[in-house]
Amino acid sequence: MSSEYSTDELMDYDEVMRRFDVVLGLEVHVELNTRSKMWCGCSTEFGAEPNTHTCPVCLGLPGSLPVVNKKAVEAAIRIGLSLGCSIAPWCRFARKQYFYPDMPKNYQVSQYDEPIAFDGEVTLELDGERYVVPIERAHMEEDAGKSVHMGGSTGRIQGSDYSLMDYNRAGVPLIEIVTKPIFGTGTRGPEVARAYMAFLRDMVRALGVSEARMEQGNLRCDANVSLMPKGSTQLGTRSETKNVNSLRSVEAALRYEICRQGAVLAAGGRVKQETRMWNETGEFTTSGRSKEQAEDYRYLPEPDLVPVAPSREWVEELRASLPELPAAKAARLRKEWGFSELEMRDIHGSEGALDLIEATVAAGADPASARKWWITELARQANEAGVPLAEVGVSAEQVARVQRLVDAGSLNDRLARTVLAAVAAGQGEPEVIIERRGLAIVSDEGALAAAVAAAIEANPGVAEKIRGGKVQAAGALIGAVMKQMHGKADAARVRELVLEQLS
Amino acid sequence: MAVSPQDVSRLADLARIELTDQELAELAPQIDVILDAVASVSEVADLDIAPISHAVQQTNVMREDICTPSFAPEAMLAGAPAVVEQRFRVPRIIDDSNAQ
Amino acid sequence: MTTDIYRADALELGRRIAAGEQSSVEITQAFLDQIDAVEPQVHAFLSVDHHGALEQAAAVDARRAAGEDLPSPLAGVPVAVKDLLCYRNLPTTAGSRILEGWRSPYDATVVRKMLEAGLVILGKTNLDEFACGGSTETSGFGPTRNPWDLDRIPGGSSGGSVAAIAAWEAPLAIGTDTGGSIRQPAAMTGTVGVKPTYGAVSRYGIIAMASSLDQCGPCARTVADAAALHEIIAGYDPADSTSLDVAVPAVLSAARNGDVSGMRIGVVTELGGEGYAPGVEQRFAETLDLLAKAGAEIVEVSCPHFEQAMATYYLIMPSEMSSNLARYDAMRYGLRVGDDARHSAEQVMRATRGQGFGAEVKRRIILGTYALSAGYYDAYYGSAQKMRTLIARDVEAAFQQADVLVSPVAPTTAYRLGEKVDDPLAMYKGDLCTIPSNLAGLAAGSFPCGLDPNDGLPVGFQVMAPVLGDDRVYRVGAALERELRAQWGGPLLAKAPALAGSKLKGDSK
Ligand SMILES: [Mg+2]
Ligand SMILES: [Zn+2]
Repeated sequence: MSSEYSTDELMDYDEVMRRFDVVLGLEVHVELNTRSKMWCGCSTEFGAEPNTHTCPVCLGLPGSLPVVNKKAVEAAIRIGLSLGCSIAPWCRFARKQYFYPDMPKNYQVSQYDEPIAFDGEVTLELDGERYVVPIERAHMEEDAGKSVHMGGSTGRIQGSDYSLMDYNRAGVPLIEIVTKPIFGTGTRGPEVARAYMAFLRDMVRALGVSEARMEQGNLRCDANVSLMPKGSTQLGTRSETKNVNSLRSVEAALRYEICRQGAVLAAGGRVKQETRMWNETGEFTTSGRSKEQAEDYRYLPEPDLVPVAPSREWVEELRASLPELPAAKAARLRKEWGFSELEMRDIHGSEGALDLIEATVAAGADPASARKWWITELARQANEAGVPLAEVGVSAEQVARVQRLVDAGSLNDRLARTVLAAVAAGQGEPEVIIERRGLAIVSDEGALAAAVAAAIEANPGVAEKIRGGKVQAAGALIGAVMKQMHGKADAARVRELVLEQLS
Repeated sequence: MAVSPQDVSRLADLARIELTDQELAELAPQIDVILDAVASVSEVADLDIAPISHAVQQTNVMREDICTPSFAPEAMLAGAPAVVEQRFRVPRIIDDSNAQ
Repeated sequence: MTTDIYRADALELGRRIAAGEQSSVEITQAFLDQIDAVEPQVHAFLSVDHHGALEQAAAVDARRAAGEDLPSPLAGVPVAVKDLLCYRNLPTTAGSRILEGWRSPYDATVVRKMLEAGLVILGKTNLDEFACGGSTETSGFGPTRNPWDLDRIPGGSSGGSVAAIAAWEAPLAIGTDTGGSIRQPAAMTGTVGVKPTYGAVSRYGIIAMASSLDQCGPCARTVADAAALHEIIAGYDPADSTSLDVAVPAVLSAARNGDVSGMRIGVVTELGGEGYAPGVEQRFAETLDLLAKAGAEIVEVSCPHFEQAMATYYLIMPSEMSSNLARYDAMRYGLRVGDDARHSAEQVMRATRGQGFGAEVKRRIILGTYALSAGYYDAYYGSAQKMRTLIARDVEAAFQQADVLVSPVAPTTAYRLGEKVDDPLAMYKGDLCTIPSNLAGLAAGSFPCGLDPNDGLPVGFQVMAPVLGDDRVYRVGAALERELRAQWGGPLLAKAPALAGSKLKGDSK
């Protein structure tokens, strides 16, 4: 019996990794944040009443014609450049033809063999390991309308009685970014895919071309995966999982598909080439439309539009306008600051930390201290307050000022922590808090010398050991002095005085 | 090459047109004759000639990203075969009778 | 006085209205009366807007009475519009059952421009379904008949527009031309029809057949009338990406000038000879002599790839058409068949398209689907696009040797209804001479050049000019009109037999 299965059996992930190599392919649709749609002046605003953002063009009425939104072309070029792509000097739109009620013209205006951007590359770092995601192309196209499925029991498309169409989203500009097959991710394919999605999200936000809100469908991923037995170079049959709409889901869906395909292959079966749907709540995929009949899209150069031929000057102007992308910025700062991978990972783990540390350094703090305050003390406070780091109530400038006091010996770490907590609690500027609460270190040499003398007298045994050369025993005396001074002493100076008096 | 009624049926399927057996039988030889008459064009398929899609070559015709008023939904829905709650009602999209 | 209205030129009517000699309402009413009188025989119209037309006419009269300057020389003059153009006041059907009764929520740019110019829209004219045909027989609402001989086709696809003019139901009309659909019916009805340069007239709001070939143009009884209407409808439209952002050539002054002395007129070798009716060839040759006498230099030019023009056209046109007609799917507008809660959306689409489209439309959709389908694209559509390049190069070379190119418009005069409906290839051959202009984007016009001595039916003379050289078409057309009228003692249309019930004086039956 032939052996094309859909199965619910899953193979253990580690077992799959021992027996197979993973090949990934990701198609990501980015919904642009242009004001108007791709071909008409209708608003792209999300969440409006049904069919209030429609006109003859986006409804595909007889006789209507499209005109390209320049801002969308610009966004496509900027995305292409940011992905390291070449920009086509001349390209056309094409009609991709298939019938579906959410597509008013029954063809999607997209790009076919002449994408505006092609041949790029993204390098991702995961725990110090570098992974290269080769980019095939980025092209422009239009979004479809939205349907609600009525009747039936589930509210889903299967088993429904009829559907209701809202075309507000029809014609909203999309950029589709397609990778080449991604090899060499080892055991970390799903994580690489997730990191890639995060990279794209941060990238399009930095470019200002999309809100990149995955929950609103601004960023949608179709995740392809296939397995090859270890040692084989023959690509396996892939499945394409749709409806993957969060970073976590990208990773989970791929992991699930890898385990499912592993089970099929291990049982001697063949993976069926099909579209699968990711079930967000149940965390599994289900079989969608099978593709036993290859789609025949009958691509046709769009005769209602003329070619797009970005001049060199235009492309260079756009290149010059590109902001530094988050990944590049992190790499640059890491180098400038001399941080380790591990130190950077903490920074990446805390949203907004990179920018705050950068601002703190700019305000005069050294990178290590800046990092320390934001990643430890302030991250903890933000976490406790349940707010983003940037809203913890302390500015980069204030952190730099506190650190300056530490450097000057006016505060020690413990006092500095207290000061920052008080700033976060809204008690005012650091200097005011220090003054009002008497948090500054006592720098009265006379008082300090007296306290040291008192400690030596109170601990003759320890003093004897130190005199005998056991310098490390000084800690006990320093502790006693700090206690007597209520912590407001510079521990290093206390140590110096102890050793001086006992020499 | 002869175009069979089966070929026409497959094309009609792609084009979403229901054809009767009689239509299929009539269309096949007609399409065949027309294809014969136009086949000579394919002689240039391998030649290095730039194809043109418009007689007058233009590029970069674009509009600024400016919103213009949309139409009233009533006007957009006026010609619809069926409307429910300001949406176009369409028959169920998945054909369950063919579902696996 | 009424006959005077019918036989007057459109520009003359416009002059009388502007001068207050005759009201637009009176003129409009006269044409509506003629429509009511002869429509049962001709069937040029799919809808007539008695009320709206008179309202528009009254508005023009009121503006004039208020002392306002009228917006154009044709203000207050009635016009008939091919039912391929979206117009809010009347149904827009494209001659198809699939759009029966559909009302567009917007006006085509051409319609808007005409309304702004004060033209009075009488109604929508019949056409081959979605402009697919050369006889107006494929209309989903029955054929239009040729006023010269009611058993014959008026040509197509703009058959309703030209028949309306030839039957004196309208002084002006709008047609569209994808492969000859203005010029061929103009030739078959003894009227003037011009296809402007591709991109000269906005396609926005005109139901698309083949987007890269479609072009809208004027139909009229005189060259100057056509030019006047041309100047109103032409011009850049930002809503049409293929619209040309250039000044409209001065076609009206060219039409009034008509000086061809020193002009090099190129006879295209490939557009003549075998397959052309002797009467057509005879009138064509005589007309060339006339132009030579008027001072033109007649040269022979060759466009070898024109031999491939028909094949090229019958790949590009159905390919684009199959795509453009995909939207008629019963979901958002138009006919819906089989929506009974049992059938799925896809089944409803299939049933609706199966029932709503006529045979010729289906034939072309199947053909286009074939030409675009996987594995055939390069050999068919791709090659056709390359052939288009070769044809364009031929044309470019030919215009080095000649200022305009000329040929007969069609190989034969109007044939009988039903004669070619089952032989698509025979029907397609009627487009032989007109297709190259669409493929190359040229301006081209059809002008009456006499009656075929064998059947007494009108013959047309085609003039083609380079892109944006539309004025040359009118210049040659005007010269012809002047010389031929001098010969005939009036317009060719005066020789048309009278229709029963016609309101024209002297037309009694
Ligand atoms: Mg896509
Ligand atoms: Zn719109």
